[in-house]
Amino acid sequence: MPLVEVRHLVKEFPRRRRLLRPVPGVRAVDDVSFTIEEGETFGLVGETGSGKTTTGRCLLRLIEPTSGEVRFRGEDVLKASPARLRELRRDMQIVFQDPYSSLNPRMRVGAIVEEPLAIHGLGTRAERRRRVDELFGLVGLDPAHRDRYPHQFSGGQRQRIGLARALALNPSFVIADEPVSALDVSIQAQVVNLLLDLQRRLQLSYLFIAHDLRLVRHICSRVAVMYFGRIVELAPTAALFEAPQHPYTRALLSAIPVPDPDARPSRLVLDPSAFDRAAPLREVRPGHWAAVGE
Amino acid sequence: MRPGGTTPADAPGGSTPAGPAAAPVLLQVEDLRTGFEADGRTLVAVDGVSFTLHVGETLGLVGESGSGKSVTAFSIVRLVQPPGRILGGHVRFRGRDLLALDEAEMRRVRGADIALIFQEPSTALNPVYTIGDQIAEALLVHGRASRREALDRAQELLEAVRIPDPATRLRDYPHQLSGGQRQRVLIAMALACHPALVIADEPTTALDVTVQAQILELLRDMQQRFHLSLLLITHDLGVVAETADRVAIMYAGRIVEEGPVRTIFREPAHPYTRGLLASIPGGTPGERLHAIEGTVPSLDALPRGCAFGPRCPDRFAACDAERPPAYPVGADHTARCFLHRTT
Repeated sequence: MPLVEVRHLVKEFPRRRRLLRPVPGVRAVDDVSFTIEEGETFGLVGETGSGKTTTGRCLLRLIEPTSGEVRFRGEDVLKASPARLRELRRDMQIVFQDPYSSLNPRMRVGAIVEEPLAIHGLGTRAERRRRVDELFGLVGLDPAHRDRYPHQFSGGQRQRIGLARALALNPSFVIADEPVSALDVSIQAQVVNLLLDLQRRLQLSYLFIAHDLRLVRHICSRVAVMYFGRIVELAPTAALFEAPQHPYTRALLSAIPVPDPDARPSRLVLDPSAFDRAAPLREVRPGHWAAVGE
Repeated sequence: MRPGGTTPADAPGGSTPAGPAAAPVLLQVEDLRTGFEADGRTLVAVDGVSFTLHVGETLGLVGESGSGKSVTAFSIVRLVQPPGRILGGHVRFRGRDLLALDEAEMRRVRGADIALIFQEPSTALNPVYTIGDQIAEALLVHGRASRREALDRAQELLEAVRIPDPATRLRDYPHQLSGGQRQRVLIAMALACHPALVIADEPTTALDVTVQAQILELLRDMQQRFHLSLLLITHDLGVVAETADRVAIMYAGRIVEEGPVRTIFREPAHPYTRGLLASIPGGTPGERLHAIEGTVPSLDALPRGCAFGPRCPDRFAACDAERPPAYPVGADHTARCFLHRTT
């Protein structure tokens, strides 16, 4: 059984209503299906407005999906009662892109990391404090800095604080939504290494949402490419990068800037009229799906 | 100090350092220093920056946040806002020191001779004026055309930056365009007065990767067509590799390495440059990335010696004692690192 199973997920945002005439909503996520195996890093890539962030949030019901199924260890998250959802969220956590706005500036960082434990009423105060120290150590922060405020930390350190908080309840599944894209190049690598180390030590599964394709290629085992709310291609990472099938994937991969002055990459320009946006995914090779015709 | 000292920059080939670039010098920045007043102290954000840009050349100015790359750009056109202040140095444009001009003269240079393109295409345009009016304004301000001519020219420029149906787009407002189209409009505005130099500060950072590729290609085309010099400020080494002829790497307010783009990527001489190149994801999937440990120092807590010293894998005693000068390490290639001291 996969750890996470997403089936026919749809999220429609309402458009402004016209007088007496119902207007169909915008489908930010349009019939999206994929699975995430235990211990896997599954990449979700796409450009602005492709629906990748909305998909991530629908999985945790931070945004309520319009329809579809999200199963976590076989249980339908979308049908869970509020009490059950709270329990499920102990096991499913999210790390956000912007380490500057995702931490409460008025709370000390120790309290930020401790908060999930307190909300779930776990442990005594002393036990929670020990757990916070442990979490600080886990993500490479000095526990002596627990009484400082977020603004006293750099972007990379703040992302570590966000990660410590996400790991407080010992989750098995973490959604990382552009976790390093706001960080400087030299700091990105540190945080990526931390994510890789934590995965090995804690047997984490990741949904890694990103637009940096070089990074996705490096850390994901499988990748889904989103375009206008739909998955247009889903494949093991190596297969996707070496033999992309969908015209959009091809254009996207060809646009990656190459850090080599002698490489003259040939860029493919996407012609949206050249393919059918409604084409269903088809298994072109075992495990490699693409929304292309026969 | 730079070899050869200062020569009149307009003389063709006058102060060209030894190297293949035979084009005349357009811009020569010498020992530029810009600081910010904070709590009665001056934090030096740009600390003795010197470089030369030739006609038709693209110089990539690379650095992380706080390295001083954007402050350098703003200093060149004298748009540093208080509490920031240019503390010293020279910015010679066609031989004339821009730092010595009065504000009226400087305004004539800005936009007309030196144009700017910024990172965020959605905030750099005025939402209440049409695209046509905003491009035409650049020409009208500098008295280059009548209103009718200016609008005709605006349409030509939109065509040049490959915006489809330019006659209609002239009457559009910024919100009616996509991010990529807005960046094209900003490039059109920058080119309106035929500037000799375009300073582009992270021009593609806010854009999607497919749009980024198109904008970079457009910039390269425009550069060749109009024989522009381009100062491209970016943190993305991929963008630099594709666009720049020469590269200057900044760290904590100083240029720590400078050289031709191939040399910088093939034979980086400064440990910071080597670390940046090594931290680009690649290699065996799933392996740990090469990370530069530690964090960028804050300007009020710079070490006495080399600013990169505390993070440097090659650090030795000399690095803590004083700041390294720029040592020549090859043809037209310098590095501020004691590893390259020859005595």
